[in-house]
Amino acid sequence: MLELANVSAGYGSFQALFNVSLEVNSGESVAVIGPNGAGKTTLLRVVSKLLPASAGVVSMEGRPLNDVPAHQVIAQGIAQVPENRRLFPKLTVEENLKMGGFLPAARKRYAERLEFVYSLFPRMKERRAQRAGTLSGGEQQMCAIGRALMSQPKLLLLDEPSAGLAPVVVQAIFGMIKRICAEGYTVLIVEQNIRQVLKVVDRAYLLETGHIKMTGSAVELLGSEEIRKAYLGI
Amino acid sequence: MQIFDVFLLEAVINGILLGGILALLALGLNLIFGVIDVVWICYAELIMIGMYSVYYAHNVFHWPLALAFLGCVLLVAALGALLHVLVIRPVLGAEPINQLLVTGGVLFFLQAMATLAFGVEFKNVGVSLPALQVAGMYISFARLIAFGVALGGMVAVYLFLKRTYIGTAIRAISQDRGIMPLMGVNPNRIFVLTSAIGGALAGLAACLLVLQYDIHPAIGLSFGPITFMVCVLGGLGNMVGGFIAAFIFAQFISVGGYFLALEWGYVLAFLFFIGMMFWRPQGILGGK
Repeated sequence: MLELANVSAGYGSFQALFNVSLEVNSGESVAVIGPNGAGKTTLLRVVSKLLPASAGVVSMEGRPLNDVPAHQVIAQGIAQVPENRRLFPKLTVEENLKMGGFLPAARKRYAERLEFVYSLFPRMKERRAQRAGTLSGGEQQMCAIGRALMSQPKLLLLDEPSAGLAPVVVQAIFGMIKRICAEGYTVLIVEQNIRQVLKVVDRAYLLETGHIKMTGSAVELLGSEEIRKAYLGI
Repeated sequence: MQIFDVFLLEAVINGILLGGILALLALGLNLIFGVIDVVWICYAELIMIGMYSVYYAHNVFHWPLALAFLGCVLLVAALGALLHVLVIRPVLGAEPINQLLVTGGVLFFLQAMATLAFGVEFKNVGVSLPALQVAGMYISFARLIAFGVALGGMVAVYLFLKRTYIGTAIRAISQDRGIMPLMGVNPNRIFVLTSAIGGALAGLAACLLVLQYDIHPAIGLSFGPITFMVCVLGGLGNMVGGFIAAFIFAQFISVGGYFLALEWGYVLAFLFFIGMMFWRPQGILGGK
């Protein structure tokens, strides 16, 4: 479904990604794991065109996204939950969800999508008239995921869903992501919390200093000596 | 004593009516600042152009007044969009002082152009509305209409911002510009649209002011500074704050003018403004 072929990108003279190639197949959940500063967020920014790739091709369902402007990426079926959630703090929960369904195609299905998000996160229904800025961290993450689901994307990108959340909440959030995968959504997660994310996804790529260092099924990576030593501390 | 109270009440009511139009003026400026983060120093000059357009459409080309008003709102809305595309967009990433200077330049450009094109003599659309006499008070009908239309305009903008997708996007973009593309929103389009709405509000204000004032190239100076002060007093970019500040300001002018002379009303209002800037520089409802 999503394919990156030899993608490089950076900020000014600083190069953050070097010839990164990866693919996400339909129905799969895939993680890009790696330490802080490995280029994980940059990778998602390139996919959603917030940052132009300096080389390489990103394609969705076989169509290259090179000439697609950032605001039309979501119309290709790619929705992103950005790093640090980035809700609109002064809008209510429901208004935030409405923004997620801004596309004309999504507006037609607004009531139905809202129902779906509320069934997934009943807490959001309770809080729907509350300003998003007053939600707890976990609730904000639910709201941000819900917002991305409003457009009924084919591919859901999640940027560090566990960042800044208490361990118990992290567990709950990953439980929800697992449910979203089970609903049939194709998911690409970038995450530092390697132990948790590998329990949820099918496959993963290890990204270090902008290079893909390793790839395999979640079970393989969890069992890998290198990952256990460097990242899981076992 | 009885007479005294009636005149004071008349001043208060006139203050409320003036507050309505000040609030309308402040709304356009606040909307643009809140969304685009640029202050249109030349806002009142757009109103001036709008007033001239009513004069020429109605008095020279003999359009019916309603059509002239409609044309004015559309023209100034288009000017607002044009101002954004031609002048603001190239300096969006520039220092705030450069943005101020460039819109300040537009102010002088429009004033000079108006002087060249329309001359310096005062023009008047010649529509005189009666004063209503209610319980011994004289209330200007033009001001009453201005108040009602200004209030209606503000309610319309409020409902638009609150109820529609585009309106929600306009509020959202002022909170987080960077992620708007992830929602499928093209920030450029929202900016142009917001500028057009700001322009339309200036056009609406022009229609209301043209009923009360003569038109000349420097008429913007009568409304521009006071509009900024209302916006700053309420908290720049805060539409509710601007609304409240407009009514406070108008009361100072009207009631102060009643007790002393009209000019003293302005002096009091500006003194109050200066005092408030020491006490709450961020404005009544400003954040920081």
